[in-house]
Amino acid sequence: MAADTKTEANGRPAHAGRPGRPTPVGHARERGDRRLGYALVTPVIVLLLLITAYPLIYNIWNSFHFDNLSFGGLPHNFVGWKNYTTMFKSSEWVSALERTLVFTVVTVVFDMVVGLGLALMMHRPFRGRGFLRAAILVPWAVPTVVSAMLWKTMFDPSAGFVDYILAAFHPAWSSIAWLGANVWRSWIAIFIADSWKNIPFVAIILLAGLQVIPNDIYEAAKIDGASWWQSFTRVTLPMLRPALSVALIFRTLQALLVFDVIYIMTRGGPGNSTETLSFLNYQTFIVNTDFGAGGAQSLVLVVLALAVSFVYVRAFRPQVS
Amino acid sequence: MTSAVADGAAAATAAVRRPGPRRRVSARKIIRETLFYIAVVIVVLISLFPFFWILRTSLLSNSQVSAGVGGANGIIPSHLSGSAYSDVFAKNSFLTPLLNSIIVALATTVVTIIVASIAGYALARLRIRGAGPILAFILLAGFFPVLAMIGPLFLVLRYIGALDNIFPLILVYLVYTLPLATWLLKNFFQQIPSELEDAALVDGANRLQVLWRVVVPVAVPAVFTAAILSFILAWNDFAFAISFLTSTAHFTAPLAITTFGQSQFQTFYNLIDAAVVIISIPIALLVLFAQKRIVAGLTAGSFR
Repeated sequence: MAADTKTEANGRPAHAGRPGRPTPVGHARERGDRRLGYALVTPVIVLLLLITAYPLIYNIWNSFHFDNLSFGGLPHNFVGWKNYTTMFKSSEWVSALERTLVFTVVTVVFDMVVGLGLALMMHRPFRGRGFLRAAILVPWAVPTVVSAMLWKTMFDPSAGFVDYILAAFHPAWSSIAWLGANVWRSWIAIFIADSWKNIPFVAIILLAGLQVIPNDIYEAAKIDGASWWQSFTRVTLPMLRPALSVALIFRTLQALLVFDVIYIMTRGGPGNSTETLSFLNYQTFIVNTDFGAGGAQSLVLVVLALAVSFVYVRAFRPQVS
Repeated sequence: MTSAVADGAAAATAAVRRPGPRRRVSARKIIRETLFYIAVVIVVLISLFPFFWILRTSLLSNSQVSAGVGGANGIIPSHLSGSAYSDVFAKNSFLTPLLNSIIVALATTVVTIIVASIAGYALARLRIRGAGPILAFILLAGFFPVLAMIGPLFLVLRYIGALDNIFPLILVYLVYTLPLATWLLKNFFQQIPSELEDAALVDGANRLQVLWRVVVPVAVPAVFTAAILSFILAWNDFAFAISFLTSTAHFTAPLAITTFGQSQFQTFYNLIDAAVVIISIPIALLVLFAQKRIVAGLTAGSFR
């Protein structure tokens, strides 16, 4: 009851001045609406809390305990910060962190630049633009299993196109093993497979951003004698800011959490040299069934993801709108 | 490809015919147009050639795969066969994982659409307090690291005896689909003029009747878009499937593919690629027929 009166008290000033609506009836309806509204948003909130907040809390709890299914008989003792100190001292985890950060920076910069180029290309009106757009969209839409297996095929010396074409240029370049043999070549193959799949997403988001820039701004810039480059840097890029921020957030988070393509193409090999944070987390959870150490690793992933979203949201907040 | 080149030539001649202020400009324009179309062709090739290559590989026999690329098995092999496709179904029983994937993706889509459209409507129309924080939470949930979820969820599923079962996947896939679908539908509902609903409300209909009779028919295109994107996202999952499923009979299609074609001495890419072609087909068809919707859905309201 108390909550109801409060609702009314808060609701009144905002809606009292609205024209064309008889106030008492409006209020009754609004209250009913609001109650219905809460009922309608409850499922989405409950479901998402169940699959995100619950695991998060469970991970925090686990990360302070010894919890390994391989040691089923042992008590799940409280171990304090031990899982965290072990993690920060583990060279495998620290290397995975470094690799993940480098991979993220390189792929995000590359994907944004190429994606912007593709967006500009698709923005130009020309016949066959629809075909170009569909051709670019297909790699994004297929499962990562498809893109990863496809590039695994392409890079395999016995089945792929890469070796075939390199051998045509120079005999010494043939029969080179890319995946699982050499660290750098494994990373190049992973990078190509990942960018091939994800650049289209960046391109589509940026294309939509280009399409909402009003044409008369360009005309005005032209009349003022701006060159193509000037109107690109002074008009296009600033106006593209919201779209750039959306593409950046999504791409950075995807790259930071990269897993599927690593698992399918190299399983972290050769050695541990292509293990990323997510891959290591998978191994700790599912292969080693160590939920204490895995919980600690998961929290780092969550903190990183939150930090990235926060930094970008702050950096790209519209100044005056 | 040829049609793109022909388009290029046509556009270039059109550019010549158009009366320009100076002739030199049009000459430069032709060069620029040509370069542009060369770039387009390169982009299309990079996007689609790998698909051609897996299609080609999937049509090879086992002995051709063992022989390697080159000679009679060049870019266009002298001999093609469908043996990999029949093997994928007969020997690797790919039909079961395909059906599993279809069941899970469809069920996820249905649940997503129901939950997201009522929530989207409430957030767009019903003036609930805290709509801002609720929307922020939904967005943030979509950014939650998937690999940070699998440990605790694995323990829960193990405890209730639901590991190695495809149905819990329907629940966890909602983390992919609900944030996107809710935001998309909420943005769409906001754009529908509220006069229609107000008229119905004045006529004495209640909110749920309005939602069902007035809003839903108008919202069909947006719901369709949300459904396509949800299906794609659920169909494409790998991380949850590999963490929770252990027996091949319960695998989803993407997971099953990673077990194909492995022998002690070599990888039979024809088998892998036949399966890859099969699971790409529904997605490729969706993209071809619903390209505009997918693009609109991906970008709707994300930064407006």
